[in-house]
Amino acid sequence: MSRALALEAPAPARARRVPWALVLPAVPVAVALVAALAAPWVAPASPTAGDLATRLKPPAWQEAAVAGRLLGTDLLGRDVLSRLIWGARVSLLIAVAATVLGATVGSLIGLVSGYHRGRVDSVVTKLVDIQLAFPFVLLAIAVIAVAGPSIPVLVVMLAIGAWVGHARIVRGLVLSLRERDYVQAALALGAGTPRILFRHLLPEILSVIVVLATFDVGRIIILESTLSFLGLGVQPPTPSWGSDLRDAAVYVRQAWWTATFPGLAIMVAVLGLNLVGDALRDALDPRIRRMTR
Amino acid sequence: MLEFVARRLLHTALVTLGVVTLAFVALRLSGDPAATMLPGDASVDELRDLRHALGLDRPLHVQYVVFLGGAVRGDFGDSFRHQQPAFGLVLERLPATLELAFAALLLAVAVALPLGIVAAIYRGRAVDMLAMGFAVVGQATPYFWMGIMLILVVSVELGWLPTSGRGGWPHLILPAVTLGTHFAASLARLTRTSMLEVLGQNFVTTARAKGLGEPRVVLAHALKNAAVPVVTLIGLQFGTLLGGAVVTETIFAWPGVGRLAVQSIFVRDYPVVQAGVLVLALVFVAINLAVDLLYGTLDPRIRDE
Repeated sequence: MSRALALEAPAPARARRVPWALVLPAVPVAVALVAALAAPWVAPASPTAGDLATRLKPPAWQEAAVAGRLLGTDLLGRDVLSRLIWGARVSLLIAVAATVLGATVGSLIGLVSGYHRGRVDSVVTKLVDIQLAFPFVLLAIAVIAVAGPSIPVLVVMLAIGAWVGHARIVRGLVLSLRERDYVQAALALGAGTPRILFRHLLPEILSVIVVLATFDVGRIIILESTLSFLGLGVQPPTPSWGSDLRDAAVYVRQAWWTATFPGLAIMVAVLGLNLVGDALRDALDPRIRRMTR
Repeated sequence: MLEFVARRLLHTALVTLGVVTLAFVALRLSGDPAATMLPGDASVDELRDLRHALGLDRPLHVQYVVFLGGAVRGDFGDSFRHQQPAFGLVLERLPATLELAFAALLLAVAVALPLGIVAAIYRGRAVDMLAMGFAVVGQATPYFWMGIMLILVVSVELGWLPTSGRGGWPHLILPAVTLGTHFAASLARLTRTSMLEVLGQNFVTTARAKGLGEPRVVLAHALKNAAVPVVTLIGLQFGTLLGGAVVTETIFAWPGVGRLAVQSIFVRDYPVVQAGVLVLALVFVAINLAVDLLYGTLDPRIRDE
């Protein structure tokens, strides 16, 4: 029945429907992205220069507020909103960099190990098992304790946390895809391994990688802010949502706004990313429902 | 069953060896602990002496064997700050961490299972939307922010519960809620999906057809079959819970292993960090073994794989 209907009223009728499940959560993500990219132009004040005369002033709708400080000021008199906007730049940059690195390495390893099977595969599988047996935050703490906290160390550590998921899922997909007729046909035509991996298998699983990466960016924003909150990530005075909360937690009784807004920013951004990921998954590739829960 | 247990034990032994090795590799590759421990103006001689005292001047494979031997005996060296074995210090704090982790786990299960089951039964209705809304928001909320907000509202504004420290059950509530919420969120989502899958199957229809009441169909027939992925998630997520405990302990000044490890980083008390991280990782491995064994009891098919 529905098939017959679809034949009578083809593409145009469907194309006009707005995919709200994708568009709505994409709004906060887009806002965060714009803040990150345009921070120097959209931030109302400097994120690092504060005025000690106007320290710990509340947001604009409260009585003691100072003009031009919409979300209030922190302990050093810096504008909370400006730090949020610049913090978006740092937090998103780290999360995207770590995701790209982790997804690339993980997918490559997954492709190779799923395609070749045998010894490479069993080594990779063991490695994945072992890393999954190690709570990631603890591993990060151990490494950062020795290497010292810095943004490059943070990005590499977060990427190490992300590769496993990609390797495991890509491997699983490739294991079944490699038996398909089109792969066998390409082999019969004399295609070499790189050609099969990158021209035949990779395009088939690219949508899965994109969906996984979307969830990863959200997960990594939380991990980064957690490590920064513990003092093991982004260091002051560089603004980041997590490290700002570290300072704010100390004097939260006097200034609730300094702790509330960075956390809200993290929550809304991650919520948006997760819902975008859900919508992308349903639209692109429902077969990974089980894996990305 | 005996063979299944033996295979799981062997697997666990291998993973444990892997975890200890991974810890060794991570600690040795990430820098020179001797250089991290000494003040910036230390002389080359001081550095060499410390490296020798720590055994860092020996070949890597010798260091590895010494590290393994130490790990087996629970010997991670003495704490620089407390002048006593690091392992003992960590063990002293372990009960507090386990108390917190299990309280959070219980709380999460107690909230998430009913929520997931109800959401599955009333799929698409308001209850379902509400439950899943809670789950999605819960998954996006970082532990530490939730902790700070709870302290702000419940302790400071309302004055209902203490802000920090360990004592009776009032002290336990806020940390457990903080740590458990994220877990409850993912558990509720999984329970719902798992129940939806099972509720559509033939044996559920059969149970209804033979006249069983709905509570019995849901609880006795459906839930038992939906339990396997749920139990697996509980085991897998326990690691995340232990990681989250590190943060939660820091916020609530809870005297556990996580807080000790984080504090030790800042005073460069290296053996304590190492012992703390490894002990928590091994607790996680042990929990997963328990889950694997439970799994074999829940679903006999897994034993024969």
